[in-house]
Amino acid sequence: MSVSADSLDSIMAATAERRFEAIVIGASAGGVNALLGLLSALPDNFRLPIVAVLHLPDDRESRLAEIFQHRSAIAVREAADKAAIEPATIYFAGAGYHLSIENDRSFSLSGEEPVHFSRPSIDILMESAADVYGEALAGILLTGANYDGASGLAKIREKGGLTVVQDPDEAQVATMPEAAIKKLQPDLILRLDAIRNLIIQLDEISC
Amino acid sequence: MPTEKPLSVPTHAGDAQASSVAIELRLLMEAIYLRYSYDFRDYAGASQKRRVLHALSQFDCPTISELQSRILHDPAMFTQLLQYLTIPVSEMFRDPTFFLALREQVIPRLATYPSIKIWIAGCSTGEEVYSLAILLREEGLLDRSLIYATDINPTSLDKARQGIFSLNSIKGHTLNYQKAGGKKAFSDYYTAAYNAAVFDKTLRENITFADHSLATDSVFSETQLVLCRNVLIYFNKALQDRAFGLFHESLSHRGFLGLGSKESLDFSSYASRFEALDKPERIFRKR
Repeated sequence: MSVSADSLDSIMAATAERRFEAIVIGASAGGVNALLGLLSALPDNFRLPIVAVLHLPDDRESRLAEIFQHRSAIAVREAADKAAIEPATIYFAGAGYHLSIENDRSFSLSGEEPVHFSRPSIDILMESAADVYGEALAGILLTGANYDGASGLAKIREKGGLTVVQDPDEAQVATMPEAAIKKLQPDLILRLDAIRNLIIQLDEISC
Repeated sequence: MPTEKPLSVPTHAGDAQASSVAIELRLLMEAIYLRYSYDFRDYAGASQKRRVLHALSQFDCPTISELQSRILHDPAMFTQLLQYLTIPVSEMFRDPTFFLALREQVIPRLATYPSIKIWIAGCSTGEEVYSLAILLREEGLLDRSLIYATDINPTSLDKARQGIFSLNSIKGHTLNYQKAGGKKAFSDYYTAAYNAAVFDKTLRENITFADHSLATDSVFSETQLVLCRNVLIYFNKALQDRAFGLFHESLSHRGFLGLGSKESLDFSSYASRFEALDKPERIFRKR
């Protein structure tokens, strides 16, 4: 653990007096390890729903939920069309479909064209989540080799949500975090260990 | 007939008020319904919003309200918008394992019927229709089958009737066909002309293409198999339930229902009225 005093201060400032209802995370190349680092450390009393899009190299059926369930103290599921979003659950977007969040806080899938060559697309998840949760949403963008997620994160910021980007110096592939930092001024640019602490803190202040 | 529906804007406890875009979208769908009888009011919101916003940029319209005004006064403009509101994503033998399961588990049971009626609901540009016709021919059932292929989009239906698909995508279709247990060379079923694959006309001798809306129309025939794949994801739960109701009513005793690879009856009030024949492949059977 090496969370700098600076990042602790910036986290405190960014989250003061706030309550969150959901966290969305986007990751691409290098994302499996980054997400494992984040999500396997969550305590078993963690309450916020987390929805993640992780690009995989091809369209094959993803077994992400299965892989992460083995390492997670809280429930991990693939986000199913029309399923209501439950607390204390990590959801992964399945392969081959875009994942959105609807006003009634349920999931919907769609087969529109890929965005930035990606389906599921991080932008689509984040933009729809921003519409629904507004300032009660935290969006986190991690390592990746393309430009997906920057527009989505910008939308979260526009709606008053908290925006977090992995420090490009630490990211396995810096392209995606750098694209987001270039497009918007995120609230926080943090290393993974600090993002992990942040997620736990967001949960504590919200529940 | 247009029925009165209160114009309440969906809000959530967390929202101070619905955004103006949400209001405009709701009004646009109401206007389309009243003017053209196409009912998109119960479509899933997030994807519908993206498609309308995409149309705005294509039509160079600053706001949804202005788009509404234009489509109300210009039917040709509405026909163009319809292409954005419906999603023509289709490939032949999409999800090959589904068609393999259909071939191995459903076809032998259908073969016991003297005549077979099949409904492909939301057939879009017809890729799935021709896939099924090929499968039925290979299993010796096409001659005694009648396929109703329905959609709400007349442009898509016209394309489906022609049975001409881009040669660029034929490589992917061929791969799918082989994985789906295809018994011949896929090229036996089409003639390549310029940049198009023209499918064998005899495949569609027993296919009826027709305009039908799962949102507003009722059941038109008894069937033994209904395929409705990657259509229900665009509906909200209420409309999804309406569609399941139509399928249930149309299907004969122990009839089959095939859904898209991420669709299920899990969140429907019809869940208990179907049983899974092959759950991973989303093939269900009427109880």
